[in-house]
Amino acid sequence: MNAVVSAVIIAFVQVLLFVFLAPLLMGVIRQVRATVEGRAGAGIWQPWRDVRKLLAKNPVRAEGSSWMLKAGPVALMVSSLLLCVLLPLVGTIPFPCIPSDLFVIVSVMLIGVVALALVGLDGGTAFGGMGSSRHMTVAALVEPTLLLSVYALSIPAGTSTISAIVETRLFSPEVIISPVSVLALVALSIAIMAETARLPVDNPGTHLELTMLHEAMTLEASGRDLAWLEVGSWLKLAALLGLVSNLVVPWGVVTDFSALGLAIGVVSIAVKVLMLGVLLSVGEIFLAKVRLFQVPELLAGSFALAFLAVTASYLVA
Amino acid sequence: MTGIGAGLVLQLGLGALAVASALLAAPSLRSRAGGILCTLIAVTGFVTGVAALLGATGGLLIPIALPMDPLLLAPDRLGGLFMLIVSGVGILVSLYSMSSTRGPDASRTAWVAMPVFLVGMQLVPAATDSVSFLLAWEIMTLGSTVLLLADHASRATVASAGIWYSAMSQLSFFFILAGFAVLAAASGGTSFTNLQAIEPGSWAANVAFVLFLLGFGGKAELVPLHVWVPRVLPEAPSHVSAAMSGAMVKIGVYGGLLVCVRLLPDGPAWWGISIMLVGGASALYGILQASVSSDLKVLLAYSTTENMGLVFLGLGASMLLRGYDASAAADAALVAALLLAVSHAAFKSTLFLGAGAIIHATGERNLDRLGGLGARMPVTAAAFGIASLGAAAIPITSGFVAEWMLLQSLIHGGRLDGAVVSVAASVAMPLAVAVIALTAGLALLTFVKAYGIAFLARPRSAPAADAREVPPLMQLSLALGALSVLALGLLPGPIAALVANTVSSNPTAAVQSVGLGGVSLPGIGAVLDPIMLVVLSALVAIPVFVSIVVSARRHPHRTVDLPWGGGGSRARPRMQYTATSYAEPLVRVFDDVLKPSRDVQVTHVAESRYLVEKVRVEQHVSDVIETRLYRPVLNLFQRYGIVVRHVANGSIHRYLSYSFVALLIVLIVVSL
Repeated sequence: MNAVVSAVIIAFVQVLLFVFLAPLLMGVIRQVRATVEGRAGAGIWQPWRDVRKLLAKNPVRAEGSSWMLKAGPVALMVSSLLLCVLLPLVGTIPFPCIPSDLFVIVSVMLIGVVALALVGLDGGTAFGGMGSSRHMTVAALVEPTLLLSVYALSIPAGTSTISAIVETRLFSPEVIISPVSVLALVALSIAIMAETARLPVDNPGTHLELTMLHEAMTLEASGRDLAWLEVGSWLKLAALLGLVSNLVVPWGVVTDFSALGLAIGVVSIAVKVLMLGVLLSVGEIFLAKVRLFQVPELLAGSFALAFLAVTASYLVA
Repeated sequence: MTGIGAGLVLQLGLGALAVASALLAAPSLRSRAGGILCTLIAVTGFVTGVAALLGATGGLLIPIALPMDPLLLAPDRLGGLFMLIVSGVGILVSLYSMSSTRGPDASRTAWVAMPVFLVGMQLVPAATDSVSFLLAWEIMTLGSTVLLLADHASRATVASAGIWYSAMSQLSFFFILAGFAVLAAASGGTSFTNLQAIEPGSWAANVAFVLFLLGFGGKAELVPLHVWVPRVLPEAPSHVSAAMSGAMVKIGVYGGLLVCVRLLPDGPAWWGISIMLVGGASALYGILQASVSSDLKVLLAYSTTENMGLVFLGLGASMLLRGYDASAAADAALVAALLLAVSHAAFKSTLFLGAGAIIHATGERNLDRLGGLGARMPVTAAAFGIASLGAAAIPITSGFVAEWMLLQSLIHGGRLDGAVVSVAASVAMPLAVAVIALTAGLALLTFVKAYGIAFLARPRSAPAADAREVPPLMQLSLALGALSVLALGLLPGPIAALVANTVSSNPTAAVQSVGLGGVSLPGIGAVLDPIMLVVLSALVAIPVFVSIVVSARRHPHRTVDLPWGGGGSRARPRMQYTATSYAEPLVRVFDDVLKPSRDVQVTHVAESRYLVEKVRVEQHVSDVIETRLYRPVLNLFQRYGIVVRHVANGSIHRYLSYSFVALLIVLIVVSL
């Protein structure tokens, strides 16, 4: 089949699948945590019910808040959807003119980061500003790790296109367990935890002012504004977990288009993402949120790992 | 006479006309006439630049009686590109200044200096010999100094800025003059074709390289020669800061390219490494200072240092890579550096003009006292927002394309056909990528802060609450600037191909235009098509928009008078986060680099030590390089000056005896 058509089909499937999967992933993460902690939990479909409830409410906006409160959530949502289109999640067949280039993907993600930070500032409250400031500080410090770790992963493939990186790992699996790859993956995972506001950088379950990052920015949003902010953030988490899982376990991803392959790809990525979600949830139980001013130390550590990975791949390999 | 020559003559003629009109026109007409003539000068320069960029040859020969090569103004393609940059900014600034100038900014002197400044800047890239280069350079510096001093009577800080600026620009000039002198002595001529004959490895070339790096680095605001920037750019009238940061600084970049690409190409590896080091340090230091600054124009000034640092990082990387024969990556890095310069001209001049519009409307440039301007000044807000996206290198703006290309060239530069090119490159490239990534992250924070605090939220002071949109001509200029940021970002392919023509021997191997204005780097195998990205995001946005429209019909939004604020809804606007508090976490993280001075005073209630009456916190971030590097030197000079004062105490007898002794010494030396 024509490469462009199959790329479009795969992108379409990826978007549909992840829009369905992201709230479910959130539900699974929360339910697993509740079960392990001995609580009953709200069930894995609760995030879906929340979204339905939020979309059916009249949003409340304060006088003096600007168009940013309306547009920001949409921008976050679109940037997350774009991530689902561009990343090799179900298949690695790229669009002809916009390959899943590492730098393009990171900057598409940054659109969402900026939109969220501006929404936080727009309310004109101390909480929103605080969350926005902390969020941007973390985002600024994460970026070197993010770029360097994927740079390290790109060296064996010889290109910064992520679908090519995944394909290289699929066809020569010995790359996956090489020391360079392990270092880079650890660094990447820490960067992604920070980027998606998970423990130990941010506590997603808290509304305590001293510990909040993400939640503080969404306080002024309500109704559909809040729905887009929430779904956008969940989608980003799901897509990035999908990326990590495809980098660690690339099997099942579609490289040659076929109906059966597509079905296998969809099932395998769903299973991988949900498994990783369970792992994340269990892992988070053993972690406490670190103090805000210790976060840079954590990020500096992950940066050191990523830098080591890049130089090692040049000098050792 | 060729077209280029006619363009150059026309610029000089229009410049003379503009000076005459500034001197003769009535005060009420002065700004209008000066603005129109300056716009014409810039348009002429723009057309000349386009012609030279497209490969037209010819120029203006000025014979002189001195025993050296005649003065020849004949821009090549690279010169044409920089004429284009400078005059493009000139058009925006001239349009803007027509209605923005008032009071001392619209004085006769200021309007005489403006055309001189513009013409000087446009002639530097046209020069093809060192004498006319230096002449045009000094005209440019003179014009900008006078413009800076326009408002010296009302503010004492302007005078201090003027002294710093004059001292630093004369220092730059001295280094450049010395550099050209060394090259001219070694080659026996002053024209660039003569200077090109020098072997890049020779000692003369090495000495000249260091001198040029110091000279042009000072003009391009590189660390540690950037100290004039945070003083001068904020104190100059905003249209002048826009011209300085958008255009004049590019002339420093042009100087760097002239030396490293045209006069002394293929220099030793340490040239590339030292330029990368200086560039990387400037990028990090500049953006760090910008991110903690609360003064809008100081923030923009430091961010200029950051951008120029990135340009030089790209230039250095390309020199290093060319030394290892990684020519595809080297070309891409050089083109990326040029694209960064072009896009910086577009977004930074728009940002400075936007800052000028804010000052015009509120009289404030302290971000801590702004807020809520988005609703009051929609055009300024939109233009400033788009330019901020460019400065933060977010997709579909010009800044993003340039940074993307630079990163691509760096990550592909370390290897050639799968083999590591050198140990130096394999350490330098990842470090450079990390520096760019951290710079980009901090730039994001800086411009979210600048836009968010100034234009969103509630007004933090009465002038901000009463702000009105600026006059139409200023809006037009802002809109043009913002449009150019978007156009450069959406159509990078044709632009990058043109730019590649100026520096690469084999441009189609380095950069090609693909798809709908997309850019492709064939030697590296990377493609970027911003228009496709826009189409794709529009497609995924459709369902979101449909659901919003449906939901908005069924569930319209409700407006309440105050934000919820976690329950603290009665909070006053003063209690919002400010620019200072926004950057507070960063100040703590980079405490060791920024060395902020903090002062906390707690006043207790008289009756009990346990109750606090008031707390006063003061935090001040100063430029570490100025206090640690320049202050000691200046103090030394001051002490020397006090000592010398005793020697030169005004007594005519003493001076006569000095000259007698001097004469004696000369006679003795001659007789030996």
